[in-house]
Amino acid sequence: MEFNAIYVIVAREFKKFIRERSRLISTIARPLLWLFIVGAGMSRLVSPNTGVPYIQFIFPGILGMTILFSSIFSSISIIWDKEFGFMKEILVAPVSRFSIVIGKALSGTVISTIQAIIILALFPFIGFKLGIFQIIEVILICTALSFSISAFGIVLATFYESYESFSVIMNFIIMPMFFLSGAMYPVKLLPDILKLISKLNPLTYGIDAMKHVIFKFETGPMSPDFSYIIDVAVIIGTSIIFVIVAGKLFERKK
Amino acid sequence: MAIIKVEHLVKKFDNLSAVNNISFEVEEGTIFGFLGPNGAGKTTTINILCTLLSPTSGWTFIAGHDCMKEPAEVRKSIGIVFQDTTLDKDLTAYENLIFHAYLYNVPKNERQERVCDVLKFVDLFDRKDDLVKKFSGGMKRRLEVARGLIHRPRVLFLDEPTLGLDPQSRANLWEFIKELPGKHHVTIFMTTHYMEEAEVCDRIAIIDNGKIIAMGSPAELKMTVGGDIVYIRTTDNVKTKEEIKRLFGFDVSEKGEELYLTCVMGDTCIPEMIRTIGEGVLSVRLQRPTLNDVFLKLTGKAIREEEASEGDNVKEYVRAHRRRH
Ligand SMILES: Nc1ncnc2c1ncn2[C@@H]1O[C@H](COP(=O)(O)OP(=O)(O)OP(=O)(O)O)[C@@H](O)[C@H]1O
Ligand SMILES: [Mg+2]
Repeated sequence: MEFNAIYVIVAREFKKFIRERSRLISTIARPLLWLFIVGAGMSRLVSPNTGVPYIQFIFPGILGMTILFSSIFSSISIIWDKEFGFMKEILVAPVSRFSIVIGKALSGTVISTIQAIIILALFPFIGFKLGIFQIIEVILICTALSFSISAFGIVLATFYESYESFSVIMNFIIMPMFFLSGAMYPVKLLPDILKLISKLNPLTYGIDAMKHVIFKFETGPMSPDFSYIIDVAVIIGTSIIFVIVAGKLFERKK
Repeated sequence: MAIIKVEHLVKKFDNLSAVNNISFEVEEGTIFGFLGPNGAGKTTTINILCTLLSPTSGWTFIAGHDCMKEPAEVRKSIGIVFQDTTLDKDLTAYENLIFHAYLYNVPKNERQERVCDVLKFVDLFDRKDDLVKKFSGGMKRRLEVARGLIHRPRVLFLDEPTLGLDPQSRANLWEFIKELPGKHHVTIFMTTHYMEEAEVCDRIAIIDNGKIIAMGSPAELKMTVGGDIVYIRTTDNVKTKEEIKRLFGFDVSEKGEELYLTCVMGDTCIPEMIRTIGEGVLSVRLQRPTLNDVFLKLTGKAIREEEASEGDNVKEYVRAHRRRH
């Protein structure tokens, strides 16, 4: 393992993240808008006797959204690096492609987890009572999920050479991933075809795992869709697969 | 010892042969220049040597390591300044260099010292905490050269290091590059399409359309043009013309008030001629062939700087334009 290389790749992203206030603000603002505007609005439509108040129900989904956006944004900064040439500086260095991928995935993980923690800190305002162990467990899930989604973002980034493709990624990958992740409505209530797509989405399992921790004793329609073991296995499994695939794709030469 | 060895290298992009069966060697501690017009295949060759691109066929070795089979070893031995800048503009000069030091596994206790040393070497130490986006083109170029030296590579590739610089900065950068082999024990492989810049090289390969069409020291290459041109003006041109023809066997022609002739080693020829002709000489001038004459002779066309720099401007424009999206 090339720890120096991995460390410095993460340090660079982190430094740039800290410097770019606007990015931090917008990634924090988006989930807040969803939580307090969409969440509050939808609460009026959703019958209160489904078990969990709607604004509480979407909380794990909003954490998932924070992670989804910031992990993918962080990873597709690789496309920037390619376009402005900095990627070449990394690629000619005596560092294995695998370490580069790990470094980039950890960058996304650190940045996303920090943002998820900021959003998580809002839990008292929407009427939750969470114990310290629950909080730690949620943070651990957020970290693992961030890693998996960041690695997925790197796989995506290897297919694009320029930033012009950004809106394609946004509209055809990020938004569908968000809507079909069980964030806004339980997967079990979806039509079969959408249910199937949701099951292929790694984000679904991350959000489901958080639902297990946050709504521990819930059994109604708002309850988790899969077993906790499956959730955790999928998050870890996809992390490994995406890192390996990204490493292989990085290895390709023209 | 040959530190770079290239044998029958071919690179095809679809049907286009960007590099078409070239072979050459570069001796350790020398400056080797790749000279050729836009699209000649210079950058493609560098990309293959620095393990970013795989060749269609052929072999390349750096410091005894096969660029295809042992890329990690090759990468440890080389430093590169790419044609287009590869700095992170949102980081400071110092941060860019420290990043490099970590990436190349420079020992912990030497990182800071080495970074500061190279910064001083390129005269940017005072600006080390400025963001790179505030740097001028010349400063960025120097910073990139500095970065390429941090890990003490055995070979430093410079792909058009003076691209986009004004004549003053170009001259300064070359002064600085000339000192590298002596001061840093590094072999330089550089490309350029500025003929006069290639003069600093110990050896030059002239490349056109993916093929090496001539190779040698600048002096050797210029010899192929047929030698220097000597211009003489005397009180009696007709008599002198006869005399030179008779005594030296040169073909002398006349142009305006001057006589001129082509001869190898014009500089040693002149004193002898003056001694022989004696009193009547009013002025003598020597014109040395330039590498441009060499290129002209070999290809029938000139590498014109105006054209070249216009091309670069277009490239810069396109890049700048795309960035905005
Ligand atoms: N990735 C690529 N795909 C297709 N063709 C390419 C690619 N890279 C280079 N070429 C072509 O290969 C040829 C050689 O290009 P190269 O960049 O090596 O030229 P160069 O000598 O560096 O020129 P310049 O002085 O303009 O930098 C050109 O015709 C170019 O269009
Ligand atoms: Mg080039």
